[in-house]
Amino acid sequence: MELIVALLIGVLTGSGVWLILRPRTYQVILGLALISYGVNLFIFVMGWVRGGIPAILDAASKPDFSRFADPLPQALVLTAIVISFATTALFLVVLLAARGLTGTDHVDGEEREE
Amino acid sequence: MMMDSQLPILPVVLPLATGAVLLLLDVRRTTLKAVIGFASIAAQLVVALGLTQLADAATPTVYALGNWHAPFGIVLVVDRLAAVMVLLTTLLGTAAHCYSLARWHGPGRFPVLLQFLLMGLNGAFLTGDLFNLFVFFELLLAASYGLALLGSGIARVRASLHYIVVNLAASLLFLIGVSLIYGVAGTLNMAQLAERIPAIAAADRALVESGAAILAIAFLVKAAVWPLGFWLPSTYAAASAPAAALFAILSKVGIYAVLRLWLLFFDGQAGGEFLLYTGMATMMFGAAGMLAAQRLGTIAAYSLVISSGTLLAAISRADAGVTAGALFYLVSSTLGAAAFFLLIELIQRARPLGAEVLAVTAEQFGIDDEEPEESPGPAIPATMAILGLAFAACSLLLAALPPLPAFLAKMSMISGLLSIRPIEGEAWVLLGLMLVCGLAALVATARIGVSIFWAGGTSVPRVLFLEMVPVATLLILCAALTIGAGPVTRYVQDAANSLHTPRAYVNAVLPRQ
Repeated sequence: MELIVALLIGVLTGSGVWLILRPRTYQVILGLALISYGVNLFIFVMGWVRGGIPAILDAASKPDFSRFADPLPQALVLTAIVISFATTALFLVVLLAARGLTGTDHVDGEEREE
Repeated sequence: MMMDSQLPILPVVLPLATGAVLLLLDVRRTTLKAVIGFASIAAQLVVALGLTQLADAATPTVYALGNWHAPFGIVLVVDRLAAVMVLLTTLLGTAAHCYSLARWHGPGRFPVLLQFLLMGLNGAFLTGDLFNLFVFFELLLAASYGLALLGSGIARVRASLHYIVVNLAASLLFLIGVSLIYGVAGTLNMAQLAERIPAIAAADRALVESGAAILAIAFLVKAAVWPLGFWLPSTYAAASAPAAALFAILSKVGIYAVLRLWLLFFDGQAGGEFLLYTGMATMMFGAAGMLAAQRLGTIAAYSLVISSGTLLAAISRADAGVTAGALFYLVSSTLGAAAFFLLIELIQRARPLGAEVLAVTAEQFGIDDEEPEESPGPAIPATMAILGLAFAACSLLLAALPPLPAFLAKMSMISGLLSIRPIEGEAWVLLGLMLVCGLAALVATARIGVSIFWAGGTSVPRVLFLEMVPVATLLILCAALTIGAGPVTRYVQDAANSLHTPRAYVNAVLPRQ
C-alpha cells in the first residue's frame, strides 16, 4: 500500500513539474493542479497509510496509543485543498486576462522568435 | 483591561471585518469606503502601537485563540519582533491608503484588497503555529495577486502571471516542508517544535532537516533571494505605486520567517553558511541589477533585492548584535523603499513623452496623463523642488548614507560583524559587499536623478497634497528614526536578544504544570 501511494505521489508531482516547465499557460495550470494533488496526498500520508483504525479512542477500553488514525493531517489536507482550489481559480482568471490582452497563450505573453 | 487582553487578535480581526464590510458596500460609494478604510487603519495603528508597548517585556504575550491553550490550540505570540513588524505593516498600510485616495480609488477595489493584505501580513507576523503561518501566507499572497493586477494593462498581467505561478509553486513547497516536519516531530506549534527538534533521533534528523530546508526554499522565494528571485523586479516595477509600496514589506515576510524559525528550531546552527552565501549572492545580483536598470521602478525593485540579501547575510551570522542592526536596517529600508515606490509614480508624470523607456506606465496601464475632471484636493506648490528633495532623501536611504537611519543600521551591523572574534574572511567579504551595494545604489539613483531634475526638458507634473503627504510622512518617520535612534536601537537590541534566547518564547507558549 505504501509503495502504491508513494509511486502515485511521485508520478503526480513529476508530471506536474514537467507541465509547469512547459511554455503554454494551460499546461502550467494543469501542472500546478497535478502538483497540488500530489502534495495533498503527501500531507495525508504523513498521518500514516493505515486503514480500519479509529481516530477517537475510548479511554474506558484500555486503548492502544500506538494504533490510531491521526486526524490532524486530514484537517490540514482539507485546508490545503480549499486554498489551492481558490488560488488556482484566481490564476485561471489571470490566465484568461493574459490571453485576451496579449493574444497568445505563451507564458511570456509573446511567441518566441525562431 | 478587557480590551488589553484581546489586543493581540485585533490586528487580524480589524482588517478582516473592515474588508468584509467594504466588500458588501456598493462599488460606487468610494468616499464612504475611503472613510471606513481610513478609520480602520487608524484604529489598527493605535493597536499596533499598543502591541509594541505590550511586547516590551521580559516574556512574550501569548493569546490562545478560543482559549484553547498550546499545544492543542492555535496561539498568537506577541514578542518585540512581531510587534515591530506589525507596526511597520500598519504604517505602510496607512501611507498606501492615503496615497491611493488621489487616483487609485476608482471602483473602490484597492481599500478592500489593502485590508485583506494587512490581515494576512499581521497574522503571519503574530502566529505561533506553522500551519497557520501557511494559511496567513496564502491570504496575503491572494490579496497581493489582486494588488499586483490593480490597474490592469499588458505589462502588469504578464508580470503577475509569473508572480502567481512562482508563488503557487513555492506555497506547495511550503506544504511539503510543513508536512515533513509534522510527520517526524508530531506537532505544528512553533514553541513545541523548538523543544522537540533538538531531541529528535539521529535516524530521523535528515528528514526533519530536509523538511526545514524545503520550508526555507519557500521562504527564500518570497524574500526574492538569488537564484529564486527573478520574478521580483518585473512584478514590482510593473505594479501600481500604492501596491508596490505595500510590496516593500512582502519580501520581508520571507526574511522574518527564516529569522524566526531558524533561530527557534536550530538555534542558528544548521545551514548558516548557506544563508550567508545566498545572501551575498543576492546582494551582488541586486547591485548589478540596479546599475543596469533603466527605469526608476526597476531600481526600486532591485533595492528590495539588495535589502533582502543584506538581511539574510546579516542574520546568518547568528549573533545578537548583528541581528539587532539587521532589524533596524529592515525597518528603515522598508520605509525608504515604500516612500521611493510612491515617489516614482509622481516623478514619472514629469517625464517628457520621448522618455518612454523611463515611463512605461501611464497609457499602457490605463491611467491617463490627463488630469481627472474633479481632482481630489489641491496641488502642491514648488513641485519640482519638493520632489527633488524627497528623491534625494530616498537615494540617501537606499545608499545608506548619513543622516538617515539606514546609515546607522548599516554601521551597527558592521560593528556587530567586527565584534565577533575571530573576524573571519567571510565577515570582511560581507562588509565589503555592504559598502559596494550602497555605492551601487548611490550611482544608480544619482544618474537617473540628474537626468530627471537637472537635465531639463521635463514638464512640471501636477502632484496633489494627498499624494505628497504619505511620501513626506514616511521620510519624516525615517528622519525621526535617526533622531530617536537611542530608544529604537535599545528596542531592536532587546528583540534580537530574545530571538537568540528562545527559551523565554517556548516557556511563555507552553505553560509548565
